[in-house]
Amino acid sequence: MFKFIARRLVQAAFVIFVIITVTFFMVRFAPGDPFSAERKMPEHIKERLMAHYGLDQPVLVQYGNYLKQLARGDLGPSFTETRSVNQILAASFPVSLELGGWALLIALGIGMPIGIVAAVFRNTLADYVPMSLAMIGICLPTFVLGPILALVFGVWLGWLNVSGWFVPSDRILPALTIGLVYAAVIARITRGGMLEILSQDFIRTAIAKGVPFWRVIVFHTLKGGLLPVISFLGPALAGIISGSFVVETIFQIPGMGREFVSSAFDRDYTLVLGTVILYALLITAANLLVDIVQVVLNPRLRFEES
Amino acid sequence: MKAWIGTISGLAGSIIALGLVLLQSGCGQGIPDADTAAAEGILLFGNGAEPKTLDPQRATGVTENRIISALVEGLIAYHPTDDNLPEPGVAESWEASEDASVWTFRLREDARWSNGDPVTAEDFVYSYERMLNPGFPGEYAQMLYVIENAEAYNAGRVTDFAEVGVEALEERILRIRLVGPTPYFLNMLKHYSWFPVHPATIEAHGGPFDMSGAWTLPENFVGNGAFVLEDWQPNQYVLLTRSDTYWDRERTRLSGVYFFPVEDSNTEKRMFDSGLLHLTSTVPTNDIPRLKQERPDIMNIDDYLGTYFYRLNVTQEPLDNPLVRKALAFAIDREAIVERVALGDQKPAHAFVPEGFMNYPSPERLGYDPEQAQALLAEAGYPGGEGFPELYLLFNTSEGHRKIAEAIVSMWNDTLGISMQLENKEWKVYLDAQSHLDYDVARAGWIGDYMDPITFLGMFTTGNGNNDTGWSNERYDFLINAARRSESEAEHFALLHEAEEILMKELPVVPLYWYTRIYLKDPRVRGWSPKLLDNHPMKYLYLDDRADAAGN
Amino acid sequence: MKPQLSPSGKRLPDVSVDLEAIESGTSLWQDAWHRLRKNHLALASFWILIFMVLFCFLGPLLSPYDYRSNNLEKTLLNPTAGHWFGTDDLGRDQLTRVMVGGRVSLGVGIIATTVSLLIGVTYGATAAYVGGKVDAVMMRLVDVLYALPFTIFVILLMTIFERSIVLLFVVIGAVEWLTMARIVRGQVLSLKQQEFVEAAVSLGYSTRRIIFRHIIPNVIGVVIVYATLTVPAVMLLESFLSFLGLGVQPPMPSWGSLIKLGADNIQLYPHLLIIPALFFSLTLFSLNFLGDGLRDALDPKSSKD
Repeated sequence: MFKFIARRLVQAAFVIFVIITVTFFMVRFAPGDPFSAERKMPEHIKERLMAHYGLDQPVLVQYGNYLKQLARGDLGPSFTETRSVNQILAASFPVSLELGGWALLIALGIGMPIGIVAAVFRNTLADYVPMSLAMIGICLPTFVLGPILALVFGVWLGWLNVSGWFVPSDRILPALTIGLVYAAVIARITRGGMLEILSQDFIRTAIAKGVPFWRVIVFHTLKGGLLPVISFLGPALAGIISGSFVVETIFQIPGMGREFVSSAFDRDYTLVLGTVILYALLITAANLLVDIVQVVLNPRLRFEES
Repeated sequence: MKAWIGTISGLAGSIIALGLVLLQSGCGQGIPDADTAAAEGILLFGNGAEPKTLDPQRATGVTENRIISALVEGLIAYHPTDDNLPEPGVAESWEASEDASVWTFRLREDARWSNGDPVTAEDFVYSYERMLNPGFPGEYAQMLYVIENAEAYNAGRVTDFAEVGVEALEERILRIRLVGPTPYFLNMLKHYSWFPVHPATIEAHGGPFDMSGAWTLPENFVGNGAFVLEDWQPNQYVLLTRSDTYWDRERTRLSGVYFFPVEDSNTEKRMFDSGLLHLTSTVPTNDIPRLKQERPDIMNIDDYLGTYFYRLNVTQEPLDNPLVRKALAFAIDREAIVERVALGDQKPAHAFVPEGFMNYPSPERLGYDPEQAQALLAEAGYPGGEGFPELYLLFNTSEGHRKIAEAIVSMWNDTLGISMQLENKEWKVYLDAQSHLDYDVARAGWIGDYMDPITFLGMFTTGNGNNDTGWSNERYDFLINAARRSESEAEHFALLHEAEEILMKELPVVPLYWYTRIYLKDPRVRGWSPKLLDNHPMKYLYLDDRADAAGN
Repeated sequence: MKPQLSPSGKRLPDVSVDLEAIESGTSLWQDAWHRLRKNHLALASFWILIFMVLFCFLGPLLSPYDYRSNNLEKTLLNPTAGHWFGTDDLGRDQLTRVMVGGRVSLGVGIIATTVSLLIGVTYGATAAYVGGKVDAVMMRLVDVLYALPFTIFVILLMTIFERSIVLLFVVIGAVEWLTMARIVRGQVLSLKQQEFVEAAVSLGYSTRRIIFRHIIPNVIGVVIVYATLTVPAVMLLESFLSFLGLGVQPPMPSWGSLIKLGADNIQLYPHLLIIPALFFSLTLFSLNFLGDGLRDALDPKSSKD
């Protein structure tokens, strides 16, 4: 186990290095630059700006400089904001993490029980009704659900603020918006995974032997049935806690999702790289975690040593 | 067997614990709602986007301008009701030489920086030196090129700033020598590129060329305006409070202003509806007609100094043919676009320069004439659109641009029998395509910087960075250059008028409409006047809290 | 669905008997069709989908309106006799636009999902089955692809390739297979130690044959579930990509862009949201129930019922 994790960490470091490299060159080859605007600045002013940020040098030199800077833990200045990339991420990531934490809680808290019940009572009302609701959740993208929730609970009922990130109750609507969509997905995946296990021989055997039904579900089925959920959660986890551009825009939340997308639109090279590095760390960690959980849940899998 | 249950419940437990910890730490104080804020004299302003900088010499946008002009004051301030008129700012009086090329300003004695220092003529010299220094990337440095030798200094050809025409004659007397007569100089001076910065603060935070913007953070910022920077929470708000060192502080009635960077117009509308804003920066387009009808008390539409137009790439067939360009221009039903598509009472543009400049005669040229358009296209060799190549109309992704582009392409295709296609691109890709003339027809917009038509006409000279059409006309270039040096306003306007006549005959650009500012305003907001440049000096605003004063 | 799924994937506990004979018996597809016909919900869903395809592909031919001809006198009408679904903000018939929009969305839904399935299932199954270093390299590549900034990736593609709807489908499929690959890999890892796979190995079957004939049919349940989740995802992704300028250009609509327009006008013109959202949801519901039905019908284990 220790060897497995150590090896994966080495691999992860390499993966992140590859991601940094590919992203670095990708953003630079995208058309436009950080300083292009509808009202163009004079050529010589632009040259000055480029020189100030070292963008006038050959791309490979820039790459080398960036790596050196990165080695010092400095993600560089943002080209479009007053704060440095380190400051931007330090301020926005905790916000997204918190929002994502709540959303995940909602997603798992609603999605898994629904999926399990639906699978156990397959093809009954307890299956159809919640799964239909889940389908509605999947059909409602966040850019529809968010405005509806804000309109109903904010404007019409006046219970919650339609936007902002100031008081604890401001967390409710955005977390629901993200959480419900993921809950729907998780419910479906849970149901599918559970059904897969429920039809296997050892379950039938257990039932035939007279093991109480709930014991069969809790001790024999959940473990295997939740495997696909776990696989799904890896990347989803990184996605949820690194923020959602749409939800953060709708609800005026100072999170990382907005930085993620707007930095790409602004060609804010350093901010793009900063957000991508953070995201890469998250997703690599989440995937590693999932792989470990998978082995724990399924003792027949071994941490492969080959 | 039970180990995995432990794992899962452990995982779930730690997520819940994490959530609880976060909720504790997430507690912050709320922002006042519209009613509370109105009672306390705090204005809640929807400001469109997050300001990129609060340094007046690096700023370039409307968003930044709203905040900066409340924090810093130039020699001449914005007039409360009419943008054509000068209002004394730091300068209490001024005089110009006979030909309007040398200007002397007397600074008021009680002008103070927010740290108590007096505002001196030397501060302005320092500021303009910083702005024009070749080591400083001030994007609006060009605005200062009217000063003698400013352009040469900025380009590095002159190295001694003493040769540049800015001079502090006394502690409170500033003289500016211009390259030539500039009758509209006072209007230029209102622009934030002419604002002073506090030298000691700049020097204390990295010097004049520091790009980190450290001096603009709330704990460091020193301005000389009616308000001071209290707090700046990126992507949340900028909070200004009334300055107690400002010379005209008696007049300032608001105790504070929150600027919220709300980019989504629907979010902004919901914030307004639920009492979180007093003013919005825009209104969702399709809501406008009904709001105009049902809520005239909050719905506002003001004329705005801007032109919405399409650029035509004149370097390639068939748009190199003026007849074709004219046909396209005459095939647009601008009334219908404004009334049925844009919906915001914009003015159908019959010329390029918007109306509203005192004494400037606008050429009366463009109209909707489908028969003439068809005739022109036939004359150009494409009768009924036959043989006309498939062109693309380029626009950047946005609902508003999309809607107008769809309507116009449909008009062109129906009227002229051609087949124009739409092509939307992401913002920077669109900009890139436009500046490389890699387009056929491209959507564009231009907002005036100051009250003179040259802010619109100056960009179409040969090789100007903002021309972007490939169009070039010697006579036009000559006229614009002459207009920049003309001694009297009458001569200045006559030259510009002839230039615009040429532009509207040649039509490298097809104007569609002149902008309006469309926004929601709480009836309690007072002291607010419609302004062509959309400048609403904060010091004149106040909130009338009495219900009966709402006036509807 | 796809050729590699067609041979029998039944569990064969007693592999020493004549395997080929069993495989050539009643085909999985015959069994499946038989079982599917008994599932009314799935069957109804199947017919709804057929209707939806006809509606979207033939409907516009019968409509008196063109999806792109504006009528500025009649913008934002509520549903009326002349315009059953009302009109949009340029006075275009919303019914016609919903039908035409369905072409794009159904096209993306089917093609992009198929592409992502093909890549994801093959990739995930191969990585898991082969295991070891190959698995590690393949899955780390997935990690890299996950983290690349999608927006930049699309902007780059947009400048390299010219506007093309086929490219749009491929791009969407090419970014949506990653999660599928991870899910399939997880399933296969647990399958490959089961007896029937070990049996197949001991019979000396080729790796390829074991993956396609024995492993993939056993992950089909999870795959179908995830595929029904992929369809709405790719349909919505299409509207985002079109927003970035890649893929369909206005005035061509898609359900995603119609729903986006509706969401922006939800307060005053709710029908602009509700109608396209209904079609979108009905399609996804049907796909979902058909998917469940297919899953049950194709389940190698349910033959014992």
